[in-house]
Amino acid sequence: MSLNVPQTLEAEIDELITHYPEKRSASVMLLHAIQEHFGYVSKEAIEWIASKLELKPINVYELVTFYPMFRQEPAGKYVVKVCRTLSCALGGSGKLHGHICSKLGLDSRKHGLQTASDGKFSVEFVECLASCGTAPVMMINDDFYEGVSHERADEIMGKCQ
Amino acid sequence: MPEEFRLILKKADEPGYTPDIDCYMSHGGYESLKKALAIQPKEIEDGKTKTPQEQIRDEVMTSGLRGRGGAGFSCGLKWSFVDRRSGKPIYLICNADESEPGTFKDRQIIHKDPHQLVEGMIISAFANDVNLAYIYIRGEFPNGAKLLNKALNEAREKGFLGKNILGSGFDLEIHVHRGAGAYICGEETGLIESLEGKRAYPRIKPPFFPAVLGLYMCPTIVNNVETLCAVRHIIEMGGAEYAKLGTPRNTGTRIVSLSGQVKKPGYYEIEVGKVTLGELIFHENFGGGLREGRSLKAVIPGGSSAKVLKAGEKFNMKRPNKDGEMESVEVDMLDIPYDFDSLMAAGTMSGSSAIIVMDDSVDIVDVLANVSAFYAHESCGQCTPCREGSLWMSKALNRLTSGKGRKEDAEYLTHIATNIQGRTICAFGEASSWPVLSFVKKFKDEFEAKGAAVQPAEGEPNKEGAATAAK
Amino acid sequence: MATETTKAESKPVETVTVKVDGVTVEVPKTTPDWQGNPVPTTILQACKQVGKEIPHYCYHPKLPVSGNCRMCLVEIGMPAMGRDRKPILNEDGTPKIQKGVLPYDPSLPRGAIACATPVAPNMEIHTHSDNTKMMREAVLESLLINHPLDCPICDQAGECKLQEYSMEHGQAKSQFAETKVAKPKQVDLGPRIMLDAERCVLCTRCIRFSRDIVNDDALGIVERGSYNSIATFPGSRFENNYTLNTVDICPVGALTSKDFRFQMRVWFMKEAKSICTSCSTGCNIVVGSRENKVYRYEPRDNDAVNACWMCDEGRLNYKWVNREDRLTDCIIRERDGNQRKVEWPTLIKELSERLAKAEPGSVAIIASARASNEELYLIKLLADHFQAITDCIPRQGESDNFLVQADKNPNSNGARVLGVAFSEMGIQIARIDEGIESGKIKTLLSFGENITRVGIDDAMIGKLDLLVVSDILGSHAADKADFVLPGAAHLEKRGSFVNGKGRVQKFQKAIEAPGNARADWEWLRELVIKITGKQPADNLPGLFNEMSASVSAFNGVQWKDLGDLGVDINI
Repeated sequence: MSLNVPQTLEAEIDELITHYPEKRSASVMLLHAIQEHFGYVSKEAIEWIASKLELKPINVYELVTFYPMFRQEPAGKYVVKVCRTLSCALGGSGKLHGHICSKLGLDSRKHGLQTASDGKFSVEFVECLASCGTAPVMMINDDFYEGVSHERADEIMGKCQ
Repeated sequence: MPEEFRLILKKADEPGYTPDIDCYMSHGGYESLKKALAIQPKEIEDGKTKTPQEQIRDEVMTSGLRGRGGAGFSCGLKWSFVDRRSGKPIYLICNADESEPGTFKDRQIIHKDPHQLVEGMIISAFANDVNLAYIYIRGEFPNGAKLLNKALNEAREKGFLGKNILGSGFDLEIHVHRGAGAYICGEETGLIESLEGKRAYPRIKPPFFPAVLGLYMCPTIVNNVETLCAVRHIIEMGGAEYAKLGTPRNTGTRIVSLSGQVKKPGYYEIEVGKVTLGELIFHENFGGGLREGRSLKAVIPGGSSAKVLKAGEKFNMKRPNKDGEMESVEVDMLDIPYDFDSLMAAGTMSGSSAIIVMDDSVDIVDVLANVSAFYAHESCGQCTPCREGSLWMSKALNRLTSGKGRKEDAEYLTHIATNIQGRTICAFGEASSWPVLSFVKKFKDEFEAKGAAVQPAEGEPNKEGAATAAK
Repeated sequence: MATETTKAESKPVETVTVKVDGVTVEVPKTTPDWQGNPVPTTILQACKQVGKEIPHYCYHPKLPVSGNCRMCLVEIGMPAMGRDRKPILNEDGTPKIQKGVLPYDPSLPRGAIACATPVAPNMEIHTHSDNTKMMREAVLESLLINHPLDCPICDQAGECKLQEYSMEHGQAKSQFAETKVAKPKQVDLGPRIMLDAERCVLCTRCIRFSRDIVNDDALGIVERGSYNSIATFPGSRFENNYTLNTVDICPVGALTSKDFRFQMRVWFMKEAKSICTSCSTGCNIVVGSRENKVYRYEPRDNDAVNACWMCDEGRLNYKWVNREDRLTDCIIRERDGNQRKVEWPTLIKELSERLAKAEPGSVAIIASARASNEELYLIKLLADHFQAITDCIPRQGESDNFLVQADKNPNSNGARVLGVAFSEMGIQIARIDEGIESGKIKTLLSFGENITRVGIDDAMIGKLDLLVVSDILGSHAADKADFVLPGAAHLEKRGSFVNGKGRVQKFQKAIEAPGNARADWEWLRELVIKITGKQPADNLPGLFNEMSASVSAFNGVQWKDLGDLGVDINI
């Protein structure tokens, strides 16, 4: 099975490649573009990127397994990232993560990205999101939320349709 | 009275200030760039001339600017190491990977005043004959990346980027490159590998010093966001004027990220060394003190890899007396001036200028377990001591926090950490071992208490354990 | 004419003075790197040059430096510099040495990785100081905490750097009190390679070899941190023709050869230096055998030929030696089909009597370019006696741009310089065929080749008065021959070859030939004596020297000159 990359996305990707004197440099940017479009990085996507950049699939696979933001399985429509690191932990992010997990019927002790059974939300307890002064913080897809109380989390997630 | 001194963030929080170029230019934006590009070659003795580029580099050297990313290395010196005779292109990379736990200063610049960074970069690129530069921004700032791209497009439209910038003959292109969640990309050679499309494995030095063998094996400068912004101000005000800010050898301003258990966490720009650690935590102009009824337990002064300071710790430091002579005085940790050298003299560092405050409600072993879990997760795994040791420490600490501590664990943790620091390819070895070494050393009793509480295993009577339980 | 000094003056080697474990030594300023380019001599290279081995895992002299294992960390001292950038001197005028310490904790050494740190004038290197040992022990402890310690079932046991260094440099006991990291085991990496990721020390030698030497970016590291593992892309195989070299360079038991694993403990094996015969490259090898059975080939270092590598095809091409259809008997066959198994003296006697009747010009010899120089020399003496037409049978196959040559005969050039074959090998075969057809050739001697391969069929054999076949494996021709002489495989005898580039290389005997099979040069010599009356030397080195004296291409090279690595001659 090969990857069906729409023309507009491929054009965007071709433009990204021009940013670098060596094509390989565009690997991570292409992975972002592919993941944003398809929701995850499939084996076919890795092969597609490798061939686009004249690399071997292992060169791209090495990156997918190294950089935590890339996932190899589909995720929910909304990916919730709660910060786990010290300042947020001091600000109660452990409880926030636990709250969101139990709300979605997920096990808060599990590592990595988990997707709720309804397929709408995925949750991950991630490392520092660099907004330590407004702990606890979380992201939902590209959007950032600061000083998130349990009630606020419920409210924000309630707006996700 | 200790006060903020806003230079880099002067405009960012003004009401109505927006990140677009019109707002920036109406506040004097890109004037420094125009000034830089207008510099003429200067005659010096023996009929030699100094190029505009050399003059800018001189200004930066004069300013005393030290890197704002973590190591605090002189920016002027870093630029002076660049191999300008190789015939290869020279690259500039802005390190916007802001990822040291506790740090959120570059986020402010990127999201609120991106053009300041762009202007700083264009000037720095011009000063170093760079024609292609990158902003390596952490993956978790998707909106920051969008803002930067927008800013770059605006700058391109105004002729501040591209070919023949403002008629000067200088060409420059800047691209935004996104990371993808790996802390190690903040290490400059790891960042370079990542930008080359590889796993962010830091390079061995020697031989791969970026100033000579950096991006694509070409001379490369990697500077932090705040550092590059400072360059813009150095050109505006002159290196000598900039050096008057802050304290000698610790010049200029720094944005301090304050987090943890204080009333008013946030970012505060100060003149380096003009405010003490205690003022940053307790003064109403800054952190405003602890929550009601709490007392200070510990402070991490420079991002989570900095060695922890214990409340009440005293240090002998050289201070000028009334007659200006240096003398050794005992200084409480709260009275340490917040600058590079004073914190180093106290055995820790200002790092990325991120202060994490802990009050007496915390379990210090839990705190260290949290910190170590971060480093275990973020070790790239390239070199042995860090790959094996980071997870080892984290596992041991998780064992302690889950009630399976042993009496010898304090020593055990120190043993593991000692064997990482200084033995690794990059400074991550220190970053992961310093918290362990300092927490265990300074709060040894709390680590030992976790061991004393252990229950004897079945069929294995533990007299000490039993005695403790009886008490 | 203006006088011009054309005398090639060899430049004196620039040196650096360093102190290794208290002894002042001079080492060259530059040393070849993995590609042979001169680069500043590293601590590791300097120490090796003065006989001090620094333990290491990731460093390999033929691979780019990685610096990841940290095993080669050593304590160093550097001359202290004054503010004037000049060395500070002790009272006795010697430079004052500043030991490398951690800037934030001067009680601890700041080690330098010997593999990547260039030596500097007056540097002091401590290969066995307490600080160096402490750093080494720590690295070893780190490597062992997640290692399965399954040496009793590990094929690497006995040649494992983790085992060796643990004995030499390790502590008796690890403090590790946590659970080990679980990683993939028994991973089928490719047709010839198995991976046990738990045994792996992540030195990346295999990755660098495949990427930088073979130009096959097949292997990588996946996952991160403590969970790092060597892997191929899912569904891809590690299957280039050089994969087994990664088993050699794997310092531990992570990569094992499917062919060799669980077959034999390495310490039970006998080793013999030999040459691979699968093509004209002549890769230098070590043959591992036990109780007359060959278990493996491993490449042997020779920078003039194969560095330290060999192809998988050549490496695994040893099993035929133990094949069932080996010729093991001397046979004399009558034309009515009756045959006798005889002993060598009978065979040589009867054969030389039959050959004595051959008319000059009526004899053809098809020899093999797989035979040794010494054998071809003796065959040439016979050929000259009979004024025989001679040739060898060419073998062409695929080549690559690394080690594999298209010429699959190991000794084509030997056959050429000895005059048994010609520039275009096989060019005389047609003449031989014609001669047999026309009845001009009545006697055919075939040494080590199956003549049916070059069109000599039963009808043609029927036209011959005498067919003599010597070979290692049975063949149709051997079934038809009047005399069958069982030969020895190159593993079963000594000798020399001339490789494709004109390097004379010798090989040693690894195992005994089966049954009555016998080193060919021995019985060829007996035939030469009986038929020509000449007296070739009765030992192999003597035979080589005799050959070298009579064949100009060898330029008088003596057997002892060949050493382990061989000598180039003009071909």
